[in-house]
Amino acid sequence: MRVALRAVPEAVVVATRAALIWRYVLALSMPLLASQAFSAVIPEDRTDVMYHSYSGGGVTIDGPSILVRKGFKEKFSLSANYYVDNVSSASIDVQLSASEYQEKRTEKSIGFDYLENKALLSFSMTQSEENDYDAESFHFNLSQDFFGDLSTLSLGYSRGSDKVFRNDDDEFSREVDRQHYRFGFSQILTRNAIMSLNYEGISDEGFLNNPYRQVRFVDPADPNNFRLEAEVYPNTRTSDALALGVMVYLPYRASFKFKARYYTDDWGIDANTVELGYIHPLGERWVIDSHYRYYDQTAAQFFSDLFPRADFQDFKARDKELSTFSSHALGVGIRYEQKIKRFKVLERASVNLSVDHIRFDYEDFRDATASQNSTEIAAGEEPFYSFSANVVRFFISIFY
Amino acid sequence: MRLRLNNCFENSMQPLIRIAGLPVLALMASCSSIEPWVKPYERDRLSDPIMQFDAAPVSAAYMHHVYQAREGARGAEGGTGGGCGCN
Repeated sequence: MRVALRAVPEAVVVATRAALIWRYVLALSMPLLASQAFSAVIPEDRTDVMYHSYSGGGVTIDGPSILVRKGFKEKFSLSANYYVDNVSSASIDVQLSASEYQEKRTEKSIGFDYLENKALLSFSMTQSEENDYDAESFHFNLSQDFFGDLSTLSLGYSRGSDKVFRNDDDEFSREVDRQHYRFGFSQILTRNAIMSLNYEGISDEGFLNNPYRQVRFVDPADPNNFRLEAEVYPNTRTSDALALGVMVYLPYRASFKFKARYYTDDWGIDANTVELGYIHPLGERWVIDSHYRYYDQTAAQFFSDLFPRADFQDFKARDKELSTFSSHALGVGIRYEQKIKRFKVLERASVNLSVDHIRFDYEDFRDATASQNSTEIAAGEEPFYSFSANVVRFFISIFY
Repeated sequence: MRLRLNNCFENSMQPLIRIAGLPVLALMASCSSIEPWVKPYERDRLSDPIMQFDAAPVSAAYMHHVYQAREGARGAEGGTGGGCGCN
């Protein structure tokens, strides 16, 4: 993470939170686990090669993701994933007090699955590296089918250990310990419908804020009427998330998907997520996937866009991900799949392209750059920030 | 005295126990008769690839990641195509 500093004394470095979160989150939500959680079935042998791209809010992130999975004797399955983020950021935070930067994050994962009768045991490990952040995690899942295979019960546990550094301070080193507890239940409702219920409790302890991020506070003596100081988060965070999903096979060959999630944590954030999806095959080879997602959340108790003075309270944040906001996402994907007859070891392959457009509207996070060097707009009266982003995934899947 | 109280309690509670016990017995009886109502040979639609919550693991994990990086909420995103009895 290299950030070119402006010659402003208090503009220490404000790297984007995107960078920090980017590392941690993926380290605990990897495809090896997502593909197999809550289903007592050995995952299908496959190789996926994906190019991903995110562009919005002054941030561009792209890179490859390669997943290889191979089973043995219908009881074991090994998997490996290699993932890269190439980040170029001039986000709203960076614009406020630093300069655009580029960085690279690399993540490697390996996984192992074992199926015994109707129980599937899954274990995986992930390692993520960046020049100022290291993250390691391991994940364990157990799924069991019962009641004539109409029901599946699953339990999961993940543990992550992160190390946080600063590029501008060789002495700075902090640690974070993360634990995830998962419970899942899925049920076949009818011959056309399935449902799932998932719970995940997450407990974090350690240095949870961005070491570079700053909050702003009112200072009438400053030409901009505000100055910046380091943000301070609590050292612990505990959250609960409960999600319900339903999929229905329509009278013709198509499916409808519904997902809803409620989230709450001890920082004061409550969030709701609703997703709708419609999947429609065109002939034997083409599949169209369209989906919509809505999200809203309340702010953390210690969030403020502009604090009244310096050291106003013990914990303080001006991270827009901790503010009050909502988002709408609309996406469409297309898949072309064909059987492979030329090579006996290969079964089929598909080419996939998905594009999502996301709109974020913040309700108490302002565009602080609007009042910088402005005589017309005062600090605290800037327009609320909003931005749109486009997310692209292009990938080829080979099944064997 | 205790014996008398116990007898009194038991006597007064007996009708209640009988009334409350009836639905419990009925529920137990019905539970024992509940069987999987979707037979394996009736699950062809459920095993269709279009019935997977997250058909492409790399793409789904990436999208979870995109949202988690920009939202305060986290967790419980894991999709499930479970219970299909396909093994």
